[in-house]
Amino acid sequence: MASLGDLERSVMDLLWDSTEAQTANSLRDALAHAGAEDGKELAVTTVLTVLARLEKKDLVARERDTRPHQYRAVMSREEHTVELMNEALGNVMDREAVLARFIGGISGGEAAALRRLLEGPAAEAARPLDSGTPHTTSGQSA
Amino acid sequence: MLLTSYLLAGLAIALAWPVPVWLSRARFTSRSPFTTLIFWQAIALAGGLSMIGAMLIWGLAPLGDNLLSGLGALWGVVSGRLSADHLGPVHLFALSAAVLLGLHLVFTLLLTWVRVHRHRSRHRKLLALLSNPAPSDSRTVVVQHDAPVAYCLPGLTSSVTVVSRGLMEALDPEGLKAVLAHERAHLDQRHDLLVLAFESWHQALPWLPTSKLARGAVHELIEMLADDAALRQVDSAVLLRALITAATGEAPPPGASSGLPEGDLSAQRLKRLITPSPRLSRSARLALVAAAVLLVVAPTVLLVAPALPL
Repeated sequence: MASLGDLERSVMDLLWDSTEAQTANSLRDALAHAGAEDGKELAVTTVLTVLARLEKKDLVARERDTRPHQYRAVMSREEHTVELMNEALGNVMDREAVLARFIGGISGGEAAALRRLLEGPAAEAARPLDSGTPHTTSGQSA
Repeated sequence: MLLTSYLLAGLAIALAWPVPVWLSRARFTSRSPFTTLIFWQAIALAGGLSMIGAMLIWGLAPLGDNLLSGLGALWGVVSGRLSADHLGPVHLFALSAAVLLGLHLVFTLLLTWVRVHRHRSRHRKLLALLSNPAPSDSRTVVVQHDAPVAYCLPGLTSSVTVVSRGLMEALDPEGLKAVLAHERAHLDQRHDLLVLAFESWHQALPWLPTSKLARGAVHELIEMLADDAALRQVDSAVLLRALITAATGEAPPPGASSGLPEGDLSAQRLKRLITPSPRLSRSARLALVAAAVLLVVAPTVLLVAPALPL
């Protein structure tokens, strides 16, 4: 492993999973511990490079009050995921954003039309499809 | 020259309004989305060509009998060898408008491409930190999120389909197969390029009826094509159930919703899944393709052909 991209991910995982801010040294130790089997020495400077890249991407914040500096994740993993999904779901007004993710997705309006269209023959349509309850599709006579 | 420019202008007007209105209302389009997409591309291409061509030819009319001699004479005027006496302000205006419109179209396309590319690469980087490869499929990644979401992220080298954990939990294996086949079709058929072209066409000329109608139609037709691809792997009841699940499993977060055009067109997409109508006949499809080719050839011939005998 040990490409910068892989290291970025490992560092972010460590920061997301820890409740406290971490120093580059402690991150290095944790990374070395996790990847002990490949026997490679990981230099602190490499970790600092990765942290600098993540800081530039606004994923990591540095606390400069302490020596050595401490690093923490700007947002939690869940918050980032929500941001990612918001971006993916897009905004009707923001055509460019939609384009960027190019969703082959399905809108709520379509679902409502579909429900109307399905009403009658299929019993499934009569079942309320409330938001928030992922409904599992059971064996259905179609 | 003058007659040619009037013919081109007539074609440009027809392609800017009545033809796209007719096509967007036509009922047969959902019976052959692929052929209809070809026709929309012909409309856009021929429309742009005839719009620019009409102004160019009209502006060059005092200088020569056809496009080449006119351009040659224009070069003579620009380089000072010929006098500009024949060229009135209206001709200069037409020529400038033709050049500006051409540049405007090209630069809008480039700008849209750059923006989209930047946006996607940012999304891809964040995705690399937040997703895991799907157990079943190497080209699919899973994001830990409760809302049922599926979308595809096109790229020159690394296209991926993204699904949320919520969607994987809500769908049975067949339903998941349907969704993945749908998204994979978008990627394999490079629908993103079509969307990009028609999006930038719309951004360049938002006031033009064609550009808006074409954009909406293209969005609709690529969804139909992807549905058709999914239907080769699962039956329509499975696909429909998967679509319902993805759409209603959870409301989108505030301020966000899917970016697809809604209304009649979407209902059309659903209707064809529920009650499939037969594909257009071979001869009808051939006629449509022939008309599309003719649409592009006509302004091209008008532009480069020697002067019409009038």
